[in-house]
This record gives sequence, structure tokens and C-alpha cells, in this order.
Amino acid sequence: MLTSTLIPMQFAVPDFAPAIPEIFLLIGTGLVLLIDLFLKDSQRFITYVLSQAVLLITAGLVIAGFNDIYLAEAAQVTGKQSITTFSDMFVLDPMAQILKVAVLLITAGVFVYSRPYLFSREMYKGEYFTLGLFAVLGMMIMISAKTMLLIYLGLELLSLAMYALVAFRRDNGRASEAAMKYFVLGAIASGMLLYGMSIIYGVSGSLHIDHIAAYMGNHEVMQNIGLLLGLAFIIVGLGFKLGVVPFQMWIPDVYDGSPTAVTLFLGTAPKIAAFAMIIRLLVEGLGEMVQGWQQILSMLAALSFIIGNIVAIAQTNIKRMFAYSTISHMGFVLLGILAGSELGYAASMFYIITYAIIAAGGFAIIILLSRTGYEADQLNDLKGLSTRHPWYAFMMLLFLFSMAGVPPTVGFYAKLSVIQAVVSADLVWLAVIAVVMSVVGAYYYLRAIKLMYFDQPDEKDGAGKLLEPAKAGLDFNVLISANGLAVIALGILPGTLMALCVMAVKASL
Amino acid sequence: MFDGYLLSVLIWLPIIGGLVVLFAGDKFAPRPLALAVSAITFLISLSLWTGFNSTGYQMQFVELMPWIESFKINYHLAVDGISMPLILLNTFITVLIVLAGWEVIKNKPAQYMAAFLIMEGIINGVFAAQDAILFYVFFEAMLIPMFIVIGIWGGDNRIYATIKFFLYTFFGSVFMLVSLLYMFSQADSFAIADLHDVKLGMTPQILIFLSFLIAFGVKVPMWPVHTWLPDAHVQAPTGGSVILAAVMLKIGGYGFLRFSLPMVPDASSELAWLVIFMSLTAVVYIGFIALVQSDMKKLVAYSSIAHMGFVTLGIFVLFPIVANTGSSEGTLMGLQGGMMQMISHGFISGAMFLCIGVLYDRMHTREITAYGGVSNKMPWFAAFFVLFSMANTGLPGTSGFIGEFMVILVSFKANFWIAFLAATTLIVGAAYTLWLVKRVIFGAVANDNVAALTDINKRETFILGVLAFFVILVGLWPQPLIHVMNDSLVHVIEQATTSKLVGR
Repeated sequence: MLTSTLIPMQFAVPDFAPAIPEIFLLIGTGLVLLIDLFLKDSQRFITYVLSQAVLLITAGLVIAGFNDIYLAEAAQVTGKQSITTFSDMFVLDPMAQILKVAVLLITAGVFVYSRPYLFSREMYKGEYFTLGLFAVLGMMIMISAKTMLLIYLGLELLSLAMYALVAFRRDNGRASEAAMKYFVLGAIASGMLLYGMSIIYGVSGSLHIDHIAAYMGNHEVMQNIGLLLGLAFIIVGLGFKLGVVPFQMWIPDVYDGSPTAVTLFLGTAPKIAAFAMIIRLLVEGLGEMVQGWQQILSMLAALSFIIGNIVAIAQTNIKRMFAYSTISHMGFVLLGILAGSELGYAASMFYIITYAIIAAGGFAIIILLSRTGYEADQLNDLKGLSTRHPWYAFMMLLFLFSMAGVPPTVGFYAKLSVIQAVVSADLVWLAVIAVVMSVVGAYYYLRAIKLMYFDQPDEKDGAGKLLEPAKAGLDFNVLISANGLAVIALGILPGTLMALCVMAVKASL
Repeated sequence: MFDGYLLSVLIWLPIIGGLVVLFAGDKFAPRPLALAVSAITFLISLSLWTGFNSTGYQMQFVELMPWIESFKINYHLAVDGISMPLILLNTFITVLIVLAGWEVIKNKPAQYMAAFLIMEGIINGVFAAQDAILFYVFFEAMLIPMFIVIGIWGGDNRIYATIKFFLYTFFGSVFMLVSLLYMFSQADSFAIADLHDVKLGMTPQILIFLSFLIAFGVKVPMWPVHTWLPDAHVQAPTGGSVILAAVMLKIGGYGFLRFSLPMVPDASSELAWLVIFMSLTAVVYIGFIALVQSDMKKLVAYSSIAHMGFVTLGIFVLFPIVANTGSSEGTLMGLQGGMMQMISHGFISGAMFLCIGVLYDRMHTREITAYGGVSNKMPWFAAFFVLFSMANTGLPGTSGFIGEFMVILVSFKANFWIAFLAATTLIVGAAYTLWLVKRVIFGAVANDNVAALTDINKRETFILGVLAFFVILVGLWPQPLIHVMNDSLVHVIEQATTSKLVGR
């Protein structure tokens, strides 16, 4: 489909080819929105199927672009496999492609997992899916953005969709509170980020990531107080969005207050987009200031896995426990980035993708434990799951061991690779804190496993029978099994995904 | 048979067999299936012994494949004279564990058998791995089945015990991981052989040594990080106690030989006093603690700690001897003693726990005071129990004698007082074991429960008989084992006495 050569920039018509997936996604989402308008409540299934189709076709389009001749040509010219379009504002490189595929597939999985939950709570509305699709569009734009303005636009598109999703159960007090908190803090974070961007723009004179990087290359950046201030504001903004200590306060409340289906979405795909945003801004744009952000990120990372893991021990609510565990995991993601090496970025990329896969599975099990009229959000709801449903319990066992970083699950390699990155960056002290804290983390994951395997179920229904997990459809069961087995399969053979991440980082940055 | 991938078969056959047993479920004869898998694995592992070339220290049965290329991690398996006997010990003990759980385990037998088969494969992987990360993966993965075994089939306080077990070992090993990654940053390779050669300064060596000491010291377990072991042993089902005592503890000793001594020889030499001090404390102090136990399993658990003290003592007594005499001559016997002690302790402690299991299955108590005069009702059992107890005290002619004798003998070269303190075990060990025998086996029938005991059946006789055979065989004729390990241990001594400080 792509036969013409690179179009020179003076042409008014930009090259649409690199952005075909996004364009398709936008059109598709618009169509779903329109069609949904004419559907009766009983026909909502159509919206779901169409949304899934849009996601999967978009993923297919991204994958079809993998061996794009453009990328090959670009590689010959610049040595890097990235092409830009729309006045250099939009970039397509292997890293963007892989992250987009991950976002799209994980969101598709999230939709599958959410359906029974939404259905049993009269939340099975078209808006969930269309808002989700818009959020995905925002994430894809964030991943491919090459100017600070576009990054911000993508971020806001994502955030606005997410605010609405969190407030989806509007008649529920806790959900409204969560949405309010999320909105206010999100807006502050966006403001911080925008303020930092404006300072950087003021100093460097450009919004474009590459131009900023070029400016940095020619100046004494670490002496420039303006740039340092801008960097600090940007990191505050990023810290909020990623949810690392000390900007983590919203995470537990929002995770806990949102409907579980939304928590599931919130806790997975947007993390990947946030990772891309950090790479674009800090590594590509402010790469020359690595000394500056390495120090700040070291502190954020160390605080994140110390506070995240220790506070998680005190939680009795499983959604809050997962929220604190997310905070600690984001600390680990920062480890790879702050190492400042290609291998470190690749390690973080591996970490964030596998974390999203694991977290999706973990939240899916929580969804299963909930029933109509009953919200499972306490750790005790896991009690005796192995007696009630051995297979789900086994899947949850895999997810929890993986989060704890115990081999042979994939979580181990994720931790291994980021810790290796910091050790080779001569930050052994950080590695030591990280491993000690992962032992602390192991405690609360083990406690959840203990509840599932070693305790007897005590919930009985009216007739004195053990409560079964919610009935899930075939699609759900197949996906959760695939998800769980992926955790172990990627654990035994992590080489391919790891190599993919290394290749993507090498070719993109 | 299986030329070129024998070790892979030994790792993956039990794991896959375990998964088959697991998914076949309780209805599909889990016991015979598990027995078949473990027996076949054991028979295959025998070809390690027959095919082993005991001349030279070179790694044998090598398998090398890239695994995670971006991180230079390889699927690298091989064995030498140190690891090969331990693999055989593991495959052998697993057969007995499957037999021992035959009638006793009524709750979820398929999962029970599967857990032990999977554990067998993983432990074989620990001993065969020649890539540091592969080793670490197996080292950690081993915790999962054991965690589940203690947690599901354990005693009343099993949850406390299993979480303590998991966290202790996990905590110990994470420091090792950081050390391995640090050494990778120096050597640019995870191959254990390359890590043996990498030059390191004294400070990194000390830190790495300490991290290994935590990792393997918890595993052995050494005083003062031994407290998880009595809990885990007492709460674990019989099979769990057996595999823990007979095989898993050996991983600690193996780690010292494979990692600490060759990788950080200067730090090992510098801090040998610390390890020797810890070992002697284990031998003497823990021996006395064993004396006052009222629970049989706890008593044997503490005696395990004391006996494993001999292993670490035998390994590290090397350094004071070299410091005293200026040559490594005669130190070989210490390492040989340590290795012999590991193998022999595998048989004896396994047998002791199985014996206690036999009693527990009948009486459902492990309190020593609940027994008395068992020999009147269970003469065959009493004969076996007395034999293993004698071996536990180190009676000449049993395997328990060889290792302890060699270690004490070699300790004299280092320091009279080290040998003196080590030798106190002959008295203390005899005291707690024989007192146990006296209270449980001999005397008049204590109560009606004991009076109702029935002697061991054919299955139990077979298990204990096989173990008795090996205890006596190794005791009378240790030469083949010593011969197999000889060259590999000589090589370890060479590595341990060659400084690898940077700039020398």
C-alpha cells in the first residue's frame, strides 16, 4: 500500500501512512459511538463486538507496519528506524509499534474481562467501550508524539476519558469521590507538566523533542537553572501520572473507589503509555540532563518500593493492596530508566509490558470473585479459592508469584533485568534496597496465596453452600488461562520478548 | 542413553511427569504414576554414575544453549564430581518419598505427588546449572513447591512455618542475586566458570562473600539463621521433612563449594574464622539445644543443624591450615569429609524423619513422652531406628562416622581447639540421640496407645531397609564416592588458594 517515497516537508499534504492505525482507530471509534446511539440496551453486545473489532484491526494495522519499507529506508539514512510525519510531530519507530500493540491487545483483554462485571452491575453501556477506545487513542498519540504539545494532547485525551470512566458509577459515593480526586490531582499534574514544558520551551526555543535534545547537546545544561526548574516540574508531572512516591496519594483511593472494571483498565494499559511519555521526554528530549534526572528518579524509585511495599502489608482491601503494589512496581520501572543505558530502557520496557499483562490477570480474578450485588474487594474474599475453583486459584497463584518476582514466572526476569541495569550503572545501593523490598513485597503476596490455598472458605450463601466465583463466559476463561500461562511461558522463555525490547530500544533511541 | 541431554531429561522428566500427575487428578492413580516417574528418573540418573569419568575436574554431560541472548544468559548444564553424587541422592530420595506418602497422604494426593516430582526436577536443576542465573532460577523456584507442601499438608502451625521458610530463604538469596549481577558487570558473562576467573578487589570480594554467606548460610542452615528449620521440619509432612533435610540443606554446602570458595577465595580466606565460629557454634550449642527437645522431629531437626555444621567446618577449615602450614597439603580431607557428611546426612536424616513419620502415622503425636517401650510392639522398626540412631551419633561402620571423623582429623592441623570443640559432638550427639532411643524405643510399654502399635509393613520395611543398606554400605566402603569427588575437590582447593585480587 505504500509505494511512494518520502514526501518532502514543503508539501501541504502530510504523509498519513505512519498514522494509519490512529486514523483508523479514530474513525472506528466515531462509528461505534454513532452505532451505539441507535442500539437498544439488549443489543449492547454489538457495541462490544465492534469495539473489539476496532481494537484488533488497529493492532493488525500496527503489526502490518512492522516491516514497513519506510522504516527500512529511514534506517539506511539515519541509522535509526524511525520516520516522522505531520511536520515531524508524529513519529513511528519500533518502540512505538511494540508499545502500541501491547496497549491495544491489553485493552482488548480488559474489555473481555470487564464484560461480566459491567453486565452484572447494569453498567453495560456503550460509553464504557467508546471512552475506552478514546483513551486508547490518547495513549497511542502519547506513544508516537515527538513534540511536547502532542504529548500533552495525547495525555489529556487519555486523562479525560479516564476521569469519565472512573466516575462511571455516578450514583456511588466512593466512585464519585475517587473521580473527583483523580480529576483534581490529574489536573494539577497536567498543569505541572505543562508548566515544565513551557519553561523548557522558553529556554530551548522549541517544542520538538529532537530540537530540544540538539539544544541540550550544545549547552551546559546542568548549570542552567531554567532547564533544571523545567526538568523538576516535568518530573513532578510524570511522577503524578505514573504514580510514584511522593506523588502516589491518589492511586489507592482511585483504585479502590473505581468500579473494578475501570481499575483493571486504569492499572494496565495507561502505564505503558506513561512509560512511553517518560522515554520521549526524559530520555529523548532531556537525555543530556541524565545526571539531573538520574538523581531525582533514584529517590523516587527507592521511596516508591519502600513505601509501596511496606504500606501494602497493612492493607486488607485487595484493590488497595494492588494499588500499593503498583506503586512499588512503578518504582522498579523507574530503575531501568534511571540507569540511563539502552539495556536499562529495554529492561523497563520489558517490565512495563509484562507488568501490564500480570496486573490485568490479577484484577480479572478480583472481577471473578465479585457477584451481582456483591463487590469483592477484601483480601478475605480470596479465602479458600483453591477449594472453590482450583484453576482460577492456580492462575492467581501465578500472577501473585510473578508480582513477587519469584522464578520461573516472568516477573522475575523483569526484576532481574532492571536490577541488572542499575548494578551496571554502579548504583548497587539502589539494587540492594530494591531486592530487600521485593522480599518485603513477597510477604503480602504470600499472604494472599495463603488465603487461597491454606485457608478454608467461610462464605456460605443462604442455603449453606459454598459461594462459587461468578460464572464467566468461555471467552473470559480462555483469556484468563492464556494470560496465566503466558506468565509462566514468558518466564521459561523470556528471550524473545526481551530481544524484541532490546531491538526496539536500539533502533528507536 | 540420552547422549548429550541426559541432564535435561533428569530435570524435565520429573517436572513434566509431575504436571501429568497434577492434571490427571486424584482419580487417575496418582501414586503409581508418581512412583513410575520417580523410579524411571532414578534409573536414568544411574547412567550419570556409570558414564562419569572421575579423572580430572572437567565438567561433564555438558549442555549449552543460548537462553536469553540479550542478557547473555545460557541454558548451561553440566556436572562434576561434587554435583553428580548430590543429583543421585536427590533422585534416590524422591523415590522413597513417593513410597512414604503412599497411604498416609489422603488429602489431594495428586497435588502432593506432583509437588515432590516438580521439586525433584528443580533441585536437579540447581545442582546441574552452570549458568549463575539459571542456578538462581532453580534455587528460587524450588521454594514454590516446598511452600505449598508445608502449607497444605503440614501440621497445625504450618502457615507460620511455611511463610517463615519462604521469606528466610528468599531474603537470603536476593543478596546473592545482586552479587551475581555485580560479577556479571565485571566478567560480562554469567557462566559460573567465567565468574570463577574474574578478578575482584578485596572490598567487593568481602561484600560478595557476605551475600553468599547469607544465601547459603540460611539454606544450610547455619547458626544464627537456622531458626526457620525447626519450624519448617516440625510442621512439614514426613516427605517434606525428608527432602528438606536430605537434599535441600545440601544446596547450601554445595553453594559454598561452587560459589564462595572459587569466586571469592581471598574473602573466603579472610572471613574463614567467621564461618568456622558459626559452624562450631552449630555443632556445640545446637547440640545442647537438641538435648532438651521434647518433640522428636524438632530434636532431629536440631541434630541436622549440628551435623551440617560439620559440612561448613570441613570446607572452611582449609584456610587456617593453609595459613598455618603454608601449603594446601592435607586439606583435601576436610572437603572430602564435608562432602561425605552431606551424602551421609542425606541418608541418615532422611531415615530418621521417615522413622518418626512411621510412628506419627500410628500415634499422631511426636511428643517423646507419649512413647516408651516401642521395641516391645515393633521389633523390626526398633532395629532400624536403633541402627539409624547409631549412624546419627557417628558409629564407626556407618556412613555417619566417615565424614565426622575426617573433619575432626583435619581440624587438628588447623587448631587443637577447633578439633576439640568439633569432637564434643561425639558426646553430645550420642547423648541426645541415645537418650531419644532410650525414651522412645526401650523400657516397658508406656501406655495403651503404644501397646496397640503394629510393626512396620512391607512398604515401610522396604524404604527403611534400602536406606539402612546405603548407610552401612557407605560406612564400610566409602572409597567409590571419595574417588568420584576427588579431582573436583582438588580443583576447588586450587581455586580457593589462588588469590584473584586485582593487580597482583
